Amino acid sequence: MAGLAATLGSGAMTNSIEDLAEAEVMIVIGSNNTETHPVIGMRLRHFARYRGTKIVVIDPRRTDLVEESALWLSPLPGYDLALLNGFAHVILKEGLQNKAFIEEHTENFDAFKSVVEKYTPEYVETLTGVPKDDIIKTARMYATAKNAAILYCMGITQHSKGTDNVKAVSNLALLCGHLGKPGSGVNPLRGQNNVQGACDMGGLPDVYPGYQKVHIKENREKFEKFWNASLSEVPGLTVVEMTNAMHDGKLKAMYIMGENPMLTDPDLTHVEESFRHLELLVVQDIFMTETARMADVVFPAASFAEKDGTFSNTERRVQLVRKALKEPGTARQDWDIIGGIAAKMGHPMPYEKAEDIFDEMRKVTPQYAGLTYKRLGMNGLQWPCPDETHPGTPILHKGKIARGKGLFAAVEYRPSAEVPDSAYPFILTTGRDYYQYHSATMTGRVRLLKEYCPESFVEISSEDAGKLGIQDNDWVKVESRRGHVIARAKISDKVQRGVIFKKFHFAEGAVNRLTNPVLDPTSKIPELKVSAVRLEKYNGPAVEPESQGMCLM
Amino acid sequence: MQMIIDGKTVIAEEGKTILEAARSNRVFIPTLCYLEKLLPIGSCRLCIVEIQGHENPVTACTTKAFDGMVIETNTPRLREMRKQTLGFILQTHPMDCKLCDVAGRCQLENLVKEYGAEPPMPKRAHKAEERPYSTPAIRYRPDRCIACSRCIRSCREVVGRSVLDLSGNGIGAKMDIVAPERCISCGECLSACPVGALTHANLPDGVSEGAKKVATVCAYCGVGCSFELNVKDNKAIKVTTNDYVGANKGSLCVKGRFGYGYVNSPERLTVPMIKKQGVLKEAGWEEAIDYVASRLAEIKGKHGADSIAGLTSAKCTNEDNYVFQKFMRAVIGTNNIDHCARL
Repeated sequence: MAGLAATLGSGAMTNSIEDLAEAEVMIVIGSNNTETHPVIGMRLRHFARYRGTKIVVIDPRRTDLVEESALWLSPLPGYDLALLNGFAHVILKEGLQNKAFIEEHTENFDAFKSVVEKYTPEYVETLTGVPKDDIIKTARMYATAKNAAILYCMGITQHSKGTDNVKAVSNLALLCGHLGKPGSGVNPLRGQNNVQGACDMGGLPDVYPGYQKVHIKENREKFEKFWNASLSEVPGLTVVEMTNAMHDGKLKAMYIMGENPMLTDPDLTHVEESFRHLELLVVQDIFMTETARMADVVFPAASFAEKDGTFSNTERRVQLVRKALKEPGTARQDWDIIGGIAAKMGHPMPYEKAEDIFDEMRKVTPQYAGLTYKRLGMNGLQWPCPDETHPGTPILHKGKIARGKGLFAAVEYRPSAEVPDSAYPFILTTGRDYYQYHSATMTGRVRLLKEYCPESFVEISSEDAGKLGIQDNDWVKVESRRGHVIARAKISDKVQRGVIFKKFHFAEGAVNRLTNPVLDPTSKIPELKVSAVRLEKYNGPAVEPESQGMCLM
Repeated sequence: MQMIIDGKTVIAEEGKTILEAARSNRVFIPTLCYLEKLLPIGSCRLCIVEIQGHENPVTACTTKAFDGMVIETNTPRLREMRKQTLGFILQTHPMDCKLCDVAGRCQLENLVKEYGAEPPMPKRAHKAEERPYSTPAIRYRPDRCIACSRCIRSCREVVGRSVLDLSGNGIGAKMDIVAPERCISCGECLSACPVGALTHANLPDGVSEGAKKVATVCAYCGVGCSFELNVKDNKAIKVTTNDYVGANKGSLCVKGRFGYGYVNSPERLTVPMIKKQGVLKEAGWEEAIDYVASRLAEIKGKHGADSIAGLTSAKCTNEDNYVFQKFMRAVIGTNNIDHCARL
């Protein structure tokens, strides 16, 4: 997000799911969308089968989409940037760039050009292990297509150089002018149902709603007046920084609404210890999560099925959520609980219904200004939508890039914070499963989903398994510099030699006991995709995964 | 382009089929095997129409309309042919509508009533049949299958999995499961079935009668699929979709279609709790809110606003998120707000 905001002026998906049908070529990099965004995954298969879309999958794992792809490139985890610069090198060397677009819509081209000069296909092949012919082929396909789109996800961002990875993706789109038209663009697929909305609403330490920076005086004054309160000019802490501040005793109280950091954050042992330092932990959730168990106060909240309100999806589509059920017991709406505490603290928030909040919000959020519940209707509308006659914006950067000029970024490849060595010879990379979701608070309680995905295996290539004498279903111990987990092995042709893969959904054998909390300096995203680990067969007592609660379906 | 349908002059878009041209002009032609999102195959023969100057009727879903075309969609001859076609389907399809979960919403049942169709020969005693399906989420009753192939084509064309195919021929043709290992339990087939051959496995027959449908948005991933939560007695009982709305146009994944059960869980939190002597104990709302407000005020007074932080949620609504960050900024006085976007 930080990467795209810097290069294009907006951190969101540039295009819509529907218009991706117009793409002749699609590069899918670091996105296992069959499992993480299944309906988009279905569309991509459909495009490949019925519209002739040529899909290039770039992923260290053989993801499901590979079977529909024209080409699969499998760099080791952590080498995407070298590969992306390699594509740019080929495009420039062969003169395939869109000169008119570069001239009219971009800046900093020369600095970028001089950086990518050394990324010859031969050099990139030695770095990444991707054959140089595939690098050349991909670059040509992308550059010569009428419309070509790039889709990416956490495989690009969850690195200590994630922001630079994103900038390298955006460089390619700028280089070929694949922006501001159907079937093109730079398309980060957002993970959670309302992660886009939580960002849009200012659920971030440095911005008010609508990405208005807190350190800019005019913004602060606007919100001080609107909220009738005096506001801090200092940007706050990000989630991983919060954990460190707890550990150092600087953070005394934590209020958590609907999140489970005790499972989803990197280096869980450190997180757990840090939470113990708190004087007050308040958790508001629908279940007794790992985090809620540690809390001093737990509030029962309404689930999505019991809420009126809006979610904003990955393509910036704001859609109505409608209350279908009555809250269980005395559970209350999240906003209503917060409002109750605010009122007690002398700042009443007298909202009667969700729509009142939406109408207040849109007065100070330019992208949402033209949206009303009535206008959202059955299909929602895509922001930016500046006024009530505006039809919404399915495609960003049409005619003109939001930033004014698209900024080429001169970004160099650098190794991940941890690279394999003799003590920790494997690269561990993490991800999601189709049948589970995030910390499995919801999916872990649905019998069907648990049956399909009851536990998380460690995926190992047959070559490595053979060397270590590991068989399918054997218990293995995976150890990093931060901790260890014990889990069952699954020998799989999806991973390559030297790489192991584990899904992060479960408390038992939680992979985030191993992951590296080192952050990207700009986006503060931790390097969940690359940690150095060692692996051995485990012969200790059996560890059966404990039940995650009752299953219903 | 201009054409005449049932004596009325209408305008239609170039390149459309007769069926599309008719529907865009609100002329209803019956179909069973047709679904707008699938390639038309003209196999059910119900969408037959007569074109002036042509002796035999043609299927409207597979025949392109052209300028000046004169079409009849509802002549006695067409009605008789449709009645016969429906009769053939009824020869094998059971008439146990009372037991069927889709009764009342069944496309076949509705057409049979409209056309007064009857099976042409006496029916043998019907034996209900159930066959293991490619996912435990769905119940398959081959005896109800009318071989329209909508499930098969949905799986192939929309989902790209090709789990199903047609087996047998003529009156014995049925859908068959040919590649169960490729199934992802997305339920596209279930939603495509015009009759009750594919139904929700967790629902006994008749349960969804009287359920209320509430159009809302899935709470799992960022695609933001629209669906209808079907509720009865304050419980979510199933999810259905509408092919014409939202980002997903009727498609869902296994979590969206079958993963809603957690909202009904008896493990849901229902009362506030406060930790006393290391143990979380039930408390009243007033007490819990008072406690949190006074503790937050105390910590803020002692250590400053920046000693407090909040995690808002990518699972909560925009409204929840707006109020949460407003609370942290305007009431607590800190910008220490984040959520799991980075994880």
